[in-house]
Amino acid sequence: MNKWLLSVLLFGIAPVIKLVAWKHAAFREHLRQRNCVVQIKIKDNSQGRIFRFTNGRVSSRRGIHQGPDAAMIFKDVATAVSFMSLPANHAQRIHAAKNFLVAVEGPDELVSWFMQLLNMVLTAGLEFGTRMPDGTRRCATMTNGGPVFVYVKDGRIVRTGVIDYDARDASSWTVEARGRTFTPSRKAMVAPHALAWRSMVYSDERLLYPMKRVDFDPNGNRNCRNRGVSGYERISWDEALDLVAGEILRMKRQHGPGAIAIYHSSHHQWGNIGYYLSALLRFGNAIGFTRIHLNPDSWEGWYWGAMHHFGNSMRLGRAGSYGTLEDCLQECEMIVYWSSDPESHCGIYGGQEGAQRRLWAQELGIKTVHINPYYCPTASLLGGKWFPVRPGTDGALAIAIMYVWITEDLYDKDYVATKTTGFEQWRGYVLGTSDGVAKTPEWQETETGIPARDVRALAREWGKRKTYLSVGAAGTAHGGACRGATGAQWARSMILLMAMRGWGKPGINFGNLQGGAPVDLSFYFPGYAEGGISGDVQFTAAAVNNYVRMPHLLTMNPVQQMIPRQRLPEAILEGHCEGYPTDSVSVEGQFRRFQYPMPGYSKVHMLYRYGGSSFGTIADSSRFADMYRSDELEFVVNQSIWFEGEARFADIILPACTQLERWDIGEWSNAGGYAHHAQGQLNHRVIAIQHKCIEPLGESKSDYQIFWDITKRLGLGTYYSEGMTEFDWCRRVFDSSDLPRHISWKEFLKKGYYVVPAEDEKTREPLYMRWFAEDRPKDVPEPHPLPGGYSGKFRKGLQTQSGKIEFIPETLKRFDPDSPDRPPLNRYIPSWEGPRAGELYQKYPLQLITPHARYSFHTMADAKDSVVNDIKDHRVLIGGHYYWIVRINADDARPRGIGMHDLVKVYNNRGAVLCAAEVTATMAPGVVNSCESSASYDPLGAPGELIDRGGCMNLLTPKRKQLAKSDAMAAMSCLVQIEKWNGAVKAA
Amino acid sequence: MKKWNLIVDVARCNNCNNCFLANKDEHVDNDFPGYAAPQPRHGHRWIDILRQERGRAPMVDVAYVPTLCNHCDDAPCVKASQDGAVYRRRDGIVIIDPQKAAGKKEIVDSCPYGAIWWNEERKVAQTWIFDAHLLDHGWKEPRCAQVCPTGAIRSLKVEDSGMQKVAASEALEVLHPEFGTKPRVYYKNLYRYTQCFIGGSVAVERNGVVDCLEGAEVTLARAGVTLAQQRTDNYGDFKFDRLDRNSGNYTIEISHPDHGRQLVESQLGESQYLGVCRI
Repeated sequence: MNKWLLSVLLFGIAPVIKLVAWKHAAFREHLRQRNCVVQIKIKDNSQGRIFRFTNGRVSSRRGIHQGPDAAMIFKDVATAVSFMSLPANHAQRIHAAKNFLVAVEGPDELVSWFMQLLNMVLTAGLEFGTRMPDGTRRCATMTNGGPVFVYVKDGRIVRTGVIDYDARDASSWTVEARGRTFTPSRKAMVAPHALAWRSMVYSDERLLYPMKRVDFDPNGNRNCRNRGVSGYERISWDEALDLVAGEILRMKRQHGPGAIAIYHSSHHQWGNIGYYLSALLRFGNAIGFTRIHLNPDSWEGWYWGAMHHFGNSMRLGRAGSYGTLEDCLQECEMIVYWSSDPESHCGIYGGQEGAQRRLWAQELGIKTVHINPYYCPTASLLGGKWFPVRPGTDGALAIAIMYVWITEDLYDKDYVATKTTGFEQWRGYVLGTSDGVAKTPEWQETETGIPARDVRALAREWGKRKTYLSVGAAGTAHGGACRGATGAQWARSMILLMAMRGWGKPGINFGNLQGGAPVDLSFYFPGYAEGGISGDVQFTAAAVNNYVRMPHLLTMNPVQQMIPRQRLPEAILEGHCEGYPTDSVSVEGQFRRFQYPMPGYSKVHMLYRYGGSSFGTIADSSRFADMYRSDELEFVVNQSIWFEGEARFADIILPACTQLERWDIGEWSNAGGYAHHAQGQLNHRVIAIQHKCIEPLGESKSDYQIFWDITKRLGLGTYYSEGMTEFDWCRRVFDSSDLPRHISWKEFLKKGYYVVPAEDEKTREPLYMRWFAEDRPKDVPEPHPLPGGYSGKFRKGLQTQSGKIEFIPETLKRFDPDSPDRPPLNRYIPSWEGPRAGELYQKYPLQLITPHARYSFHTMADAKDSVVNDIKDHRVLIGGHYYWIVRINADDARPRGIGMHDLVKVYNNRGAVLCAAEVTATMAPGVVNSCESSASYDPLGAPGELIDRGGCMNLLTPKRKQLAKSDAMAAMSCLVQIEKWNGAVKAA
Repeated sequence: MKKWNLIVDVARCNNCNNCFLANKDEHVDNDFPGYAAPQPRHGHRWIDILRQERGRAPMVDVAYVPTLCNHCDDAPCVKASQDGAVYRRRDGIVIIDPQKAAGKKEIVDSCPYGAIWWNEERKVAQTWIFDAHLLDHGWKEPRCAQVCPTGAIRSLKVEDSGMQKVAASEALEVLHPEFGTKPRVYYKNLYRYTQCFIGGSVAVERNGVVDCLEGAEVTLARAGVTLAQQRTDNYGDFKFDRLDRNSGNYTIEISHPDHGRQLVESQLGESQYLGVCRI
């Protein structure tokens, strides 16, 4: 039976190819690319068919060929039949491939071509997008800032625009609060940078063909010292790919495993296929690489500090948000925004969906308070009392608030007694019985600059009102004070404040209405941290769902060696460094010190660079210019969309296309992993096919295609791709999700997006921490602590040794009880780069804070001739150059003779950056604010020296860690001086 | 005949710039014959967001005012142009014909609001066209309203009489009514941009420490006439808003039954935070 079926299947292939070729030009084009003979057969030669391709024609006959150009060989007939039957059963196909039941022979390039041909039979001619009355075709995409429509005409993008949900899309949720009914707008409210994509695609800084540094000779003098200085010349893709593939092999043979490092930025363009944890990781595992280990740089203090008091390693020490939208609107009386500016930072991936909900709170009369060195856009929108705290001193303010609560009997004594440990010791410190210093509001005033009377007033109000504490952009962490020298102190003290208030009781929680919307969180679609197509179950969250639901080939990196990202320059220049891991599995995981080089491995001699620039994003970043000019790095390849930042330090540049020029698929704000259920910050869950809206510009290619083309040269092309194009992978992701139960693939391709119906009112998630406050088993959908991570019975208690909130954490007592910078008792320790820094402060008397940028997403949408540059609050055009902005109080500007939009030099002993001054009343005296994440590095003079006019403020920030035994960066603590710039401005 | 109007709520604008970017997205490198020639990539601000900071730390507020072509009923640009190079449509939208207006820089100068931009490369005057080209293809609102996450910008297609009712019930204003051009772009809470406040904080010494004084009565008077009264909040703060710039001398009287009274004089230029008043 099987034998007969196989004969029919094999016979059918050629006629189907002929039919599809007759109908579809793109398929004809692919068919014409190869003249060859391909054999499909059973291993014992009992059955087979020979396919001959000649100038776009195909013929086939039964039999076994003696010397085919390529062959697909099945162990037995049953495997062959299951492999070739439709619809494709990927689980069976992968099983066959992993267990050597199927093999391919012949040149990788040819095998890939043949497998693609067979896949294209199914996909050729598929219509996508929607025709519009004005003659455009409306496509869809998902970005870091939310979903947008992309309107295309004649192969050109005409516009991008927000999505208004139509009558057929799922209806929205409603929330009842204080006699009112709230329901969100029926549209996707995107972040600003989501609307700048057209200008980024059609940027004159696009890399349109592969390039080689003019004085880089792979067979002679490599002139590594000239990286960042020398120019580039155009080369062909074949030259570029041969060179990169050749260097990969040379590294392995000459230096051994570990010699190749892959270094990528924290974020890539959105999508489950093209993401760094997907296509790039699959590529890395295929070749073997030293991992550049990312520190949790947007929530350092939470991970290295707060987590020890209450656990939650799964989210790296930040709280969840379940149920908080309803609870906040119904119960809360005041929201304290502490280093928290959600309007600017869009919940990272949440667009501007939270703005409307915060305005509801305003309408309901929920009071707001803002503790921040600057009067941020959230404060401008919502109003409320401003506490202009000195950067890095927040811990002192928090302790003084607790002092008032303790001395005036304003805290939740029952909660403290039954839900926490270590309070007596903490109380002794606060009152000064243990060290002789009472932590009064007057005590904190000299540190923070906040009048004692205001602290008393705040503490009393907070002590009497049901209050939400909003920390960081998400309300539960992210950005701000947690990234400074005292970041861990601050985050730790936030947990202690909440422990004294009764965290989890009605109206008392973390948040700012950014999270906790009643969307259906059980509808399955993979988040990017689930690894996409990577096949990596060790370093992504693939094993939990994705690997099971979308069977694909397992991949593993044979190299164990790692370098902490913040220490990469030292690893290259000094040849050694140490690091501490970002581990979501346990609280203790972060203590596991690792060393570079790892015993037995080669040091790194080749860097595969991918994604946005470090100059604007990593502390003390002129180190990177030094690193690139070291002979230790024998080869640097940079895969980039735009000619900016570190791309100018490469030997070979591979031009990647933007996400609008390739296929992908993704869900809004579904990051998975550490950011479990981050879709709770959206009004509606939206999943989009990311259409390939236009062909890649110039000779640029998708990231996936570049990796595939390199792996083909290593004989790994079939392994890497499974014969699948990105479009084929999109279909596999679609099939792996819950989408097919609700929308057909054809309709999804046409419409472009799907809105997940809201959670039923009766089954909405319970309030975060309510179970804990009420001493019940845990009832929110967090898979952690792991079953073995509870110290009590399963689902009883927190992920701490006591199961309670620990004022004096057991983990820190065990790990390093005498730690000078992270003592178990979270005492106030002044910042080493702040007003108590002595001589340094005399010399550089301004505290520079570097929050995340508002209008660009890290380096995305900044510079590169994007229209975002024209936003008045992003950059300022002076003398033909768009300068980064530094915000300065009028009282600090006046004595320096600085006026509005004057060019100024911001400097310290690490470097200097030219900025445009914005003189403003919104800065606390003595504090200046200039965002991190400039995409442009534009030094006047030799790289790494002199002055940058690109706006990379991280050239000035300290590389010193917050805590010696951590990888916590402290870039928000930075002392500078500013002076008016009168020098000649001329690029080198 | 129903006509298009735009309503901007200054109190709800958070300066996200989505409207500005959507306008760039729509017009840069895009030609819409009969409506608008391509906008230069940089330099033009057909939607220009103005900023007003008031006060000083810690009593500060910031307002943002998106400004754009007002599509005036009595538009000076229509009068200034010849041969119908600038014309008003039946739905109220004013269009600068990109062909007919070529070379006529005087159109730029005719606008008292400075809302018309000169495209040096194409030698043509340009402005925000209310996205007429999209509305004519069935769009329900201009892009600036569609992309606004806070509902600060909304569009309304109504009879003139209907618009007057809305303007009256929502206390809407137009920018510079003294220009007399009858704008179709209205503003709510414009005082955040055009007017000033006088604010301060009241503190008192009690039991050896200084505390904020809640509940003190604060009276604002000018020339002996009481204008407003407030009680200080729990931070001892008071704030009298909607005062005219440069409106002269004010007297602030602070009193509390337990702590006496104090007079503070203020000469109002721009918004003023008086600092801490101890009584």
